[in-house]
Amino acid sequence: MMRRRDVLLRGAGAAFAAGLPRLAVAQGNSGHVVVIGGGFAGASCARALRRLNPGLAVTLVEPVPVFTACPFSNEVVAGLRDLKEQQFGYDGVRGDGVVVAKTRAVAVDAKAQAVTVADNTRLTYDRLVVAPGIDFRWDALPGYDEAAAARMPHAWKAGSQTLLLRDQLAAMRDGGLVVIAAPANPYRCPPGPYERASLIAHFLKRHKPRAKVLILDAKDGFSKQKLFEAGWAALYPGLIEWVPLSQGGKVTSVDPGTLTLVTDFATHKADVANVIPPQQAGHAATLAGVADATGWCPVDPASFASRLQPNIHVIGDAAIAGAMPKSAFAANAQAKVCAAAIVAQLAGGTAPAAKLINTCYSLVAPDYGISVVAVYHPQGGQLVEVPGSAGTSPLDAPAATRAREASLADGWFRTITGEAFG
Amino acid sequence: MRGAACLAMALLAALPAQAASPPAGASSCSGCHPPRPSTATPVPPLAGRAPAEIVAALRAFRSGARPSTVMGRIAEGFTDAEAAAIAAWYSGEPR
Repeated sequence: MMRRRDVLLRGAGAAFAAGLPRLAVAQGNSGHVVVIGGGFAGASCARALRRLNPGLAVTLVEPVPVFTACPFSNEVVAGLRDLKEQQFGYDGVRGDGVVVAKTRAVAVDAKAQAVTVADNTRLTYDRLVVAPGIDFRWDALPGYDEAAAARMPHAWKAGSQTLLLRDQLAAMRDGGLVVIAAPANPYRCPPGPYERASLIAHFLKRHKPRAKVLILDAKDGFSKQKLFEAGWAALYPGLIEWVPLSQGGKVTSVDPGTLTLVTDFATHKADVANVIPPQQAGHAATLAGVADATGWCPVDPASFASRLQPNIHVIGDAAIAGAMPKSAFAANAQAKVCAAAIVAQLAGGTAPAAKLINTCYSLVAPDYGISVVAVYHPQGGQLVEVPGSAGTSPLDAPAATRAREASLADGWFRTITGEAFG
Repeated sequence: MRGAACLAMALLAALPAQAASPPAGASSCSGCHPPRPSTATPVPPLAGRAPAEIVAALRAFRSGARPSTVMGRIAEGFTDAEAAAIAAWYSGEPR
């Protein structure tokens, strides 16, 4: 108790003594938790910490004042939804007593338990939660760098890239070819590229019926594959072609100048090219030293404590969460388990028993939803599926079931964004 | 020392109440189940429901007696004891 108080006061004193502009820093009477990253994981965790223990001081470090959510952004790409419906501020998070520091982390000193932010203020912490989402590996696909993304959008972080891809599709000639380059595992939102192909096909069928979608894939199978393929056959026959890894699907280089994608077997000239590049944990994971050689962050499955650094937890897309996919639902579920573990540990106890759910909806069309779910628990140091819990929607369901799941997907988005940001 | 101990006691007494941690699995439910009926979703809130009602629903989902989209699969992931703990916890949550 004394030590935590001491650390907090020392931190505030250091910033003051250095004559730096004073950043609002949360002060609590039972510890200070700093959360880096205000996405589904970080925002949910910050709020859960305050709700579980209102005595905790929680500072959320997030430079962007408005969060843009990825789930449902494929509807924006397809012209079915406004980007504004994807955007959320942090007033609700502040309302729970979280101090939102609109700044960027620039250094983490795990030994001193301190985060340095852009104006050089040091935030000392009892626990640090790293929730940085993903970064793109700009060196992983020859020809595809940040400049190339302005011609061949990834649209894999929602925002201006989402609108760029939408506008390119709207401007494309009828009869044009849309190429989606899908990455190898692991990456954010495993079914995302295939939902995107579906909703782009939905757009093309209505507005450019002679156009086609080609998916060049760096893997031989994908999430909810049978359900997607059945949906494509029913709704968009002949419109979507999927080329798996074993048939030369892996894109080995791109040329943004000519919108060309090269595989081992062929060269594809696109009218619109959506390149989803290989990914790694967001930059804050590197700052904190919590990412391993894979680029992702190994964690304890019951507490999401980093396996590489003390007093630091990693949640969301950046974490290696065993069988759990990198989804917004998983990030939110992990955030709450992590918050409960931190509250227990700061009170001198141990992390409670953990069990987590993931539910992922995808839209094959606006009124055609499919899902994959599983329950996970720690086993052998990793999160594994509880036997019998994992599965997808039935392959032979009637249209009413697909419509019901589309409506449930919509409800899920409202609920989870309400919990994280509302 | 005595003074410090008294001060520590006073500080402890002044601490805001710490909420009980939800039982295993319970915190994931609110990814879909809203805290209040005002959220526009077909999924019902769990807070304030009778524990027996939640336990019975999970059993019926698991057996298939109650048709579902995702709940039949999710219910497979919990034992009766876990379901009872989750139900008891949600029944005590304010609506």
